[in-house]
This record gives sequence, structure tokens and C-alpha cells, in this order.
Amino acid sequence: MNTFSRLKHLGMETYHVFNRNKTSWVGLLLLMLLVILALFAPIIAPHNPVEQNIIQRLQPPSSQFLLGTDYYGRDVLSRIIWGCRVSFVIGSVSVAAAMFFGTLLGSVAGYRGGYFDNFVMGVMDVLMSIPTLLMGLLIVAILGPNQANLIIALALTMVPRFARIARAPTIAAKNKTYVEACQAMGFSDIRVLVVHIFPNILGELMVMGSMWMATAVRTEAALSFIGLGVKPPTATLGGMIREGFKDIMSAPWASLYPGLVILLIVFAANLLGDGLRDALDPKLRNEN
Amino acid sequence: MLQYIIKRLLLAIPILIAVVTLVFFVVRMAPGDPAQVILGDSASQESLSALRGELGLDRPILVQYGEFLFSILKGDLGTSIIRKQSINAMVAEVLPYTIELTLAGVLLGVILGLPLGVFSAVFRNSVADYVVRIFSLIGLSFPAFYSGILLLLAFSVHLGWFPVISDPDMGNLGERLYMLVLPAMNLGLIMMAYVVRSSRSSLLETLGEDYIRTAKAKGLPGFIVLYKHALKNAMIPVITIVGLYLGVLVGNSVLTEIVFNRPGLGKLILSALDERDYNLLQGLMVIYALIIVLVNLITDLTYGMVDPRIRKQ
Repeated sequence: MNTFSRLKHLGMETYHVFNRNKTSWVGLLLLMLLVILALFAPIIAPHNPVEQNIIQRLQPPSSQFLLGTDYYGRDVLSRIIWGCRVSFVIGSVSVAAAMFFGTLLGSVAGYRGGYFDNFVMGVMDVLMSIPTLLMGLLIVAILGPNQANLIIALALTMVPRFARIARAPTIAAKNKTYVEACQAMGFSDIRVLVVHIFPNILGELMVMGSMWMATAVRTEAALSFIGLGVKPPTATLGGMIREGFKDIMSAPWASLYPGLVILLIVFAANLLGDGLRDALDPKLRNEN
Repeated sequence: MLQYIIKRLLLAIPILIAVVTLVFFVVRMAPGDPAQVILGDSASQESLSALRGELGLDRPILVQYGEFLFSILKGDLGTSIIRKQSINAMVAEVLPYTIELTLAGVLLGVILGLPLGVFSAVFRNSVADYVVRIFSLIGLSFPAFYSGILLLLAFSVHLGWFPVISDPDMGNLGERLYMLVLPAMNLGLIMMAYVVRSSRSSLLETLGEDYIRTAKAKGLPGFIVLYKHALKNAMIPVITIVGLYLGVLVGNSVLTEIVFNRPGLGKLILSALDERDYNLLQGLMVIYALIIVLVNLITDLTYGMVDPRIRKQ
């Protein structure tokens, strides 16, 4: 099979997986809608997200400011749209990094076995025993709150989850006759891993990627709420709740709407992951 | 069983040491001089070097690490650099609040979640099942600080059933429990979502087993098959739910304490961050790691006790 037909096959397979479970479509569409909103923030956002206007502060929702204004008179809707960008960038880059390094470490550890395997999985166990929020809190508090450190912190806690997913099927596959045949034919380890073992774990990686994206977005929001997010005046959803919390009695819109959007992003990612898992799990396939 | 316990205990020790090591070196990566942070920019060179000597910062890092590890083994978390208090005493003071909050949350989550999960599995693919599943997915998508704010707004501000600022130290046991209701509800409702999902999927899996079919084929009534045969086995994985979602639970308890302004480990972490008290931050991380390793150990042992197959692995 050449590369094109292989990709086409993968695309068809993914399409069928989605069609098996309708909820994953809902999750995907909702997520796409929010991504488009974030991607086209400069065009869609009606106001400048950081421009302060003290005269207009804490205005309730109106035709001029659809979701009201915050303490500094900034438009809540525009800040939410721009805040989605930060959430998606941190969420997707940290998951992608964790997926890459985790899959690499897990599959190589499983393929090689021995001391290397024991060492890598030992380190993974240690990283996994620290809750995501606490790891984020520790690293960001020490290294400083910025986008790169947030991504590093979140990726570090997620690497072990992907390593574990990649390791088990690699061990199962490496003793199979077809892999032994590849080795006998002199294929490189990398080729065996990428071409013959990786496709077997792709489905589970997609499920986990989507579910950990939800956790990453939620954790980033929580860190911003604590005051360890990307620094103001950059709009972040968690940071908006933190700033709006002070005026929750008089101007609830400044903190409630950003929270609702975090909930929507996390829910959509979870829905997508849930649907994919049900569709890929042969036991559940005919039941849902 | 004893062999299993010893094996699990021995496995827990290296993880704990590695976590302590990780925390120590990450904290040492902090930019700037801790002595400068404490004394401020206007401090003289003499006072800075005196403080470095007092804090032991002038010694090689490996010596500092060795001392830190040794004092942890003795059960001493050190002294807060800002408040000059023993971290052990500070932790001991607030730990009961965190424990009561977390236990109440877990209890609430299990009491509400289990029946709903069973109901959802028994009436699989009904409208009610669909509703329960959607709500549980929403529940586990909720950031704990946001749900906390919503609960505060609804029950304290609008309905006035609970005070907005709660102080669990005020009054007797009854009032302390009263102050616990909203924060525990916040943890419990999210926990409930996890319990519903795992008990549902676990029961569904058990209901598909051969021995359940045999029980049905014998002509046993449906509820006896469910309660005597299926539920018992399906509940085993539910025991581990606390272990599995411990990370989420710990994170949520930190956020709940911050939103409800309750004393506890989470609030203490926040003040360590505000005061840049890295010693306190380091000590609290060690305590959290200890709690996590301990709870994982307990859930593993319980699991081993309930299911003999686990012990033999």
C-alpha cells in the first residue's frame, strides 16, 4: 500500500469510527465551533480584549457589550473569545507534546525491555503519582507563570499516561510472528515501531488525547484562577473568573460566562473522547 | 496476604523518595536567591550571607539534599522561612479540615453515585440512562472552582441557606458540620459523576458474563440475579475509584478550600505561593505525596483483600 492509499484508508476508518457513535460527532462539532471562534478571534471579537475603559466598567450585558464588561471596563465577550485561544494553545500543545514523548518513551521501553524499560516506567510511576494540578502549581510557581512553563508542567503529568498506553501493545506485538518476520528481514526498529506497531495504538491515543485535552484545559483554567496562569492583561478564562470573583455579587457576568465557556470546552472534549472510546471498544460497539 | 502487603509497602518507598527528590530539585530551580526574596532588595551583603548560612543555603546542594531527605525520614518537614514556624505544626493544625472535607466529599459521591450508576446500567439505553450519562459527563467536566462559585451564588447569596464566609472553627460540632455542607457538596457532586460512570460500566460488563446468563437461565428473578450475583462483583472496581481519581480529588479539594475560604492544606499552599515561602511549598508537596502514596496503598490492599486474584499476580 502506498502512502496515499494508506492515509485514505486511515481517513475512512476514522470516519466510520465517528459514525458508529453519534455523541462523538456532537463533541467534535462543538469543539470545532469553539476552535474556529478562537482561531478567528481578531475578526470575531467585537472589541479590543485588553483596552480599558473605566467609565464603562461593570456594565451589565447590553447590545453594545453582549456579555457585559469587567472591572476595567473591558468587553467580557471579546476577552472570552481571546481567552479560548490561550486555553486551546496550552491544551493542544501540551497534549501533543505529551503524546509524542509518551508514545516514544513507552513504545521504545516496551520494545527494548530490560533495564531501560524498568527505568523509564519507574520514572513514569513517579510522575504519575503527583496530581496534575499540584505538578502545575509546583512548576509554574517556581519557574514563573507563562505559556511555555504551563505547557511543560501539563505535558509532564500527561507523558506517563501515553507511555503506558503505548507500552502494553508494543510488548504484545513484539513477539508476534509478523514483527519477528520484519526483524528477520532486517527492518530497522524505528520502521517496525512506526509502521507495524503504531497503527495498533492510534485509536486509543485519539481517545486519550481528547480526554487529556479536557483535563489540560481545566487545569490551566484552575491555575489561572489561583493566579498562576498567563499574566494579565492577556485574557485567560480562568484569570477572568479570578478577576470577576471579587465583584460576583454586583456583576456576576464577569466571572460566570468565562466559566461556562471552560465547561463547554471540557465537556466537548470529554464527549468526543467518550464517543470515540465507545466506538472503538468492541465490547461496547453494539450496545450504544 | 502478608507477603502482598510487604511487597506493596516496599514498592511505595522508592516512589515516595523519588517524589521528594523531584520536589527538592524543582524548588531549587527557582530563579533568584531565597535570602534576597526574604530580606528584599535593600538588604546588605552581610545580612544576606548571614541568612544564607542560617538557612544552610551556602552548603553544596547534595549536602542540602542529604539533610532534607534525612529530616523527612525523621518526620520533620522543616521550618517555614517566612513565618518561622515548624511546618509540621502548621500542617497538623489544618490537616483535619482537609481530611473531613475530602472524606465527606467521597462519602457523598459514593452514596449518591452508586444507586444512580446501578439504575443507569439496569435501564441501559433508556431516556433516563441517557440523562444520567449526560449529567455525569457534565459533572466531571466541571472545574471545581467554578462549581464552587455556582453553589455559593445559589445557596448562600440567593437562597441565604448558608453563610457566604464560613469559619469552621466557630461554634460546636453541629455548626462545624453545617459549614461543611456546601464545600463537601462541591467535592461530592463531581465525585458522584465519576462513581456513576464507573459503577455503570462495571455493572454492564458483569451483566454480560456467562454466570449471569446461567443464573437467569436457572429461572432466578431479575432482582436476585442483580443483587446477589452481579452487584457484588461489579462493586469491586468501584473500591478503586478513590485511588484512581485521587489526583482529581486532591486538586479539587485545593480549589474548594480556596473558593470557600476554608482552612486546609490547599489554603496553606495558596499562602505559601503568596509569600514565596518555598520551604512551606516543598513541605506541603511532600505531605500531599505521602497522602497519595498512602491512599493508593490502602486501596490496593483493599482490592487485594476483596479479590484474591489480585494478590496472586
